[in-house]
Amino acid sequence: MKLPTSQKTIAFWLTGLGAAFFLAGIVSPFASPNPDGLDRVSQDQGFDTKAQENPPAHQLPFYAIFDEYALRGVPEPIATPLAGIVGTLVVFGMTWGMGKLLVKSPQEIPIPQAIESDGSRDDRHREGRE
Amino acid sequence: MLYSLTRPLDLAMHIPDGFLSLPVSLVTWALSIALIALGLKQVQNRYNDRAVPLMGVCAAFIFAAQMINFPIPGGTSGHLLGGTLAGILLGPWAGALVMTVVFIVQAVLFQDGGLTVLGANIFNMGLVGTFAGYYLYKGIRSLFGLNSWRSMAVATAITGWLSVVVGSLLCALQLVLSNTVPLKVAVTSMLAWHIMIGIGEGLITLIAVSYVWRTRPDLLYDPPRAGSQKVSSVSSPF
Repeated sequence: MKLPTSQKTIAFWLTGLGAAFFLAGIVSPFASPNPDGLDRVSQDQGFDTKAQENPPAHQLPFYAIFDEYALRGVPEPIATPLAGIVGTLVVFGMTWGMGKLLVKSPQEIPIPQAIESDGSRDDRHREGRE
Repeated sequence: MLYSLTRPLDLAMHIPDGFLSLPVSLVTWALSIALIALGLKQVQNRYNDRAVPLMGVCAAFIFAAQMINFPIPGGTSGHLLGGTLAGILLGPWAGALVMTVVFIVQAVLFQDGGLTVLGANIFNMGLVGTFAGYYLYKGIRSLFGLNSWRSMAVATAITGWLSVVVGSLLCALQLVLSNTVPLKVAVTSMLAWHIMIGIGEGLITLIAVSYVWRTRPDLLYDPPRAGSQKVSSVSSPF
């Protein structure tokens, strides 16, 4: 039994996704260019040179599309926002897909309401599950 | 040094290939795979499909937020990790899976974090903080009151901060075990920056959690109880 999705629920999801796309697509170019913690330590202590110049990720087809967080082949000002938006979409889609593959719908899980008055559990839902 | 100078906008750098030795990399891979497998099993057993939208939105938000480096004093920057946020919203298992997806996409699509050291990055930033952080957060809340916002705020802020500090320590340890940098230098320098960066994590997580608490507290993995009534499992996503 799926409950209807209320307006309030939709507003919540839109806010969350909206915030994500706002950050990725608008705010990202304004991110601090300073090196992050590990970057900084590696530079100060001189082991940043140990980073591979041509790491395995450069062999992937995505390297032809993205130079780190910048979409190739577009004007510089929109390269990062576009990369951010694509990344956000991909992460959203992959997580949703993974979630869908893993979880069950509520009907397949015995819910407390299925407990009979004598305390026994209605286990009909569990048949067929190992 | 040229490696870092040629990058236009160096966003969110995780551990790159070359910083860790093969044994360290393999061990962290093994640990990560084991914990991810556990997470997959637990999500399969414990969650229903109403959790899926929350997982998707949480993952999207964390990915995007990780792009936004904020400057910290001293010429360095920090960024949200999000493990604590994921754990608070989704519980330790779904939270860990969400973080894993984020790090995989970052490494595979955007060369952010090496592929050979992806196990370490996932472990340090997506698993330890999410699993251990969740139980710490839960413990603090249980101690100070499951229904009080103040208790929630304290638990969130402390866990967020600690997840960054511990993550950075783990990274330091892995660097040391890889003979990349000496112990004392690794620990002091990583700690020094991440004690500050963790404050950002605690704050951002607090703001996000505060929004959920005010608008949809039922979506928290451990929602506060309204009065003495338990939140019905029919409306709960879990």
